[in-house]
Amino acid sequence: MRTVLYILTTLGVIGLAFWAYRENYATQEALAETDRLHSDIREAHARLAVLRAEWAYLNRPDRLRDLADINFDRLGLLPFRPDQFGHVDEVAYPKPPELIIDNAVEVSGELEKQP
Amino acid sequence: MTRTPLRPLARILPARAAGESTEAIERENLRARHEEMRDRSRQRAEGRLLVLGLFFFCAFVTVALRMGMLATSEPVEPRASAQGAAISAARADIVDRDGRLLATNFETHALYAQPPQMVDPEAAAKGLVAIFPDMDEKKLLADFGGKRKFLWLRKKISPEQMQAVHEIGDPGLLFGPRDMRLYPNGTLAAHVLGGASFGKEGVSAAEVIGVAGVEKQFDDYLRDPANGQKPLQLSLDLTVQAAAERVLYGGMRLMNAKGATSVLMDVQTGEVISVVSLPHFDPNNRPRPATQGDQSDSPLFNRSVQGVYELGSAFKIFTAAQAVDLGLVSPSTIIDTKGPMKVGGFRIGEFRNKNYGKLSVADIIVKSSNRGTGRMALQIGAERQQEFLKKLGFFEPTGFEIVEARTGKPLLPKRWTELSAVTVSYGHGLSSSPMHLAAGYAAIANGGRLVQPTILKQHGPRLGDRVMSEGAARAARDMLRKVVTEGTASMAEVPGYAVAGKTGTADKPKPRGGYYDDKVIATFATMFPAHDPKYVLVVTLDEPVETSGDKPRRTAGWTAVPVAAEMIGRIAPLLGLRPTVEPATLADITLTSSNN
Repeated sequence: MRTVLYILTTLGVIGLAFWAYRENYATQEALAETDRLHSDIREAHARLAVLRAEWAYLNRPDRLRDLADINFDRLGLLPFRPDQFGHVDEVAYPKPPELIIDNAVEVSGELEKQP
Repeated sequence: MTRTPLRPLARILPARAAGESTEAIERENLRARHEEMRDRSRQRAEGRLLVLGLFFFCAFVTVALRMGMLATSEPVEPRASAQGAAISAARADIVDRDGRLLATNFETHALYAQPPQMVDPEAAAKGLVAIFPDMDEKKLLADFGGKRKFLWLRKKISPEQMQAVHEIGDPGLLFGPRDMRLYPNGTLAAHVLGGASFGKEGVSAAEVIGVAGVEKQFDDYLRDPANGQKPLQLSLDLTVQAAAERVLYGGMRLMNAKGATSVLMDVQTGEVISVVSLPHFDPNNRPRPATQGDQSDSPLFNRSVQGVYELGSAFKIFTAAQAVDLGLVSPSTIIDTKGPMKVGGFRIGEFRNKNYGKLSVADIIVKSSNRGTGRMALQIGAERQQEFLKKLGFFEPTGFEIVEARTGKPLLPKRWTELSAVTVSYGHGLSSSPMHLAAGYAAIANGGRLVQPTILKQHGPRLGDRVMSEGAARAARDMLRKVVTEGTASMAEVPGYAVAGKTGTADKPKPRGGYYDDKVIATFATMFPAHDPKYVLVVTLDEPVETSGDKPRRTAGWTAVPVAAEMIGRIAPLLGLRPTVEPATLADITLTSSNN
């Protein structure tokens, strides 16, 4: 009985040691993965910041104004003025489609005289 | 353990035989047994104490070791937590009210040299001069050949320059990462943003610190790592600011002014939507402060908050509003503006020595009569006038959140005599910044409540104390509207926006006393739309002169007013204001007397 207990305990210890060994490596791998992801995130943030800065730089009012001037022939962009506001009722309705009659029915005639 | 009997036969029997008392034997054995029991329990207690002592010892040793480890080891970021990305070392961005970037960071590199590691200092120096033409080859060689082990060469270099330095290929030329402050819109809102520079510098990082404007005012917020992802949101609107700068610049050139400033403010919240001061500068490359000459001529000078000027007739409306508020007059009360008027030994004159005769209070504002306003001021009295202007904030620097605003302290008369009351009533003798004037006009525009100008985006109105009654504010607005429809600011009429405002032309004071004849500050303070004001706009031109006529014209009506009108035409649509038809004034039925 005691021998069986010893063997079981030893086996248990070996099993736990193996489990701890594996967990240790799994943890280290997870930490390395986290580090990698963190550095990816950092890089992505930095790239995003550069892109945002570039977007803001390309959209700076001076540049847009110059572009609007250069492309005036094609786009005809002008500063927004008060007279460009409109009312909905100033927008014309589309013309109703024309009624096409191609199978005319003769509807005119003479009334028969009543006796 | 063998238990010794208390009365062992082996001793009892001989004792009985000898006729001795057996009690003594029993007592002795009992004593011996008690001693034994005492020793045992003592031993057990000692053992327990030892275990407890050991436990405490181990616990304290563990704590001490941990403390020692924490104290001696380098700090590391927690690697396993997902929170790490939220904390950023970079300075927070600054954005406008719609989240468009006004200031951000850009990763660049700094260039430094370690001469002991250099392979070929001559070639390195030659290569560096080819890349950076402003470097001096001889000086570089002297530095590289000397005793120095370390020297900074450039604080910020572009990626192209970095590549070129790489190609020199000297191991003694090294790069350190740098976060550079970038203002992508260039000169836009330069005075508000201010600028930034490096504080403490190390090889691997440098501190970015704000040197002016909001960058300095909110330095702590911007540098706090917890705010790395939370940009500072200003009340400025990028498009409105750009349009305002453009129009004001055009106006300044057209009117031959040497400087100009404009402030556009929301009358309910006090948010400053646009604030321009010309000439401006590029915060990416902030010029050095002027060491000689007049500071106010430097592009760094922020006219909108630092420039304290006598703003002239634009002040008259405060006198009229207070007089109405106190019940001294109504807009239709007739006041005699005939000269001569002498106060404290000084003659109070009108513009070009005109004589307007008898005028109603509304017409005094419309025609901008100095004597009329002065008479109202005398009715109000110096003390009440002071109190009113103090409530409107004309005695202290504005609370506008940029560092320069603190220096814009209004200049007040040393002694507030009757003469001061009269001159202040038409805007002379009291110098204040255009921002003060905008805040004062906002109080009239929103129905008599004080508002504090702010550069931060607000959510909802921030109306302060009441400074005048609703009725007085309405009367003042009606007078201001009349100035545009029939008075000195006729050019300010922008169809659909019902502009109301007051012009002010003040002679510039000479540095050594007295006033210039041909240098003025022309101001136009307006609110629009007059029937339900949303915004206040103050436009001020420094030394404008309009030369299209026979004689040069300098009055605000000819200079600041057209600029302000153009500006309203440009920015009101951008603010989302639809042109509206002004509600017609009710038929002229005036309550002339009431019988209670």
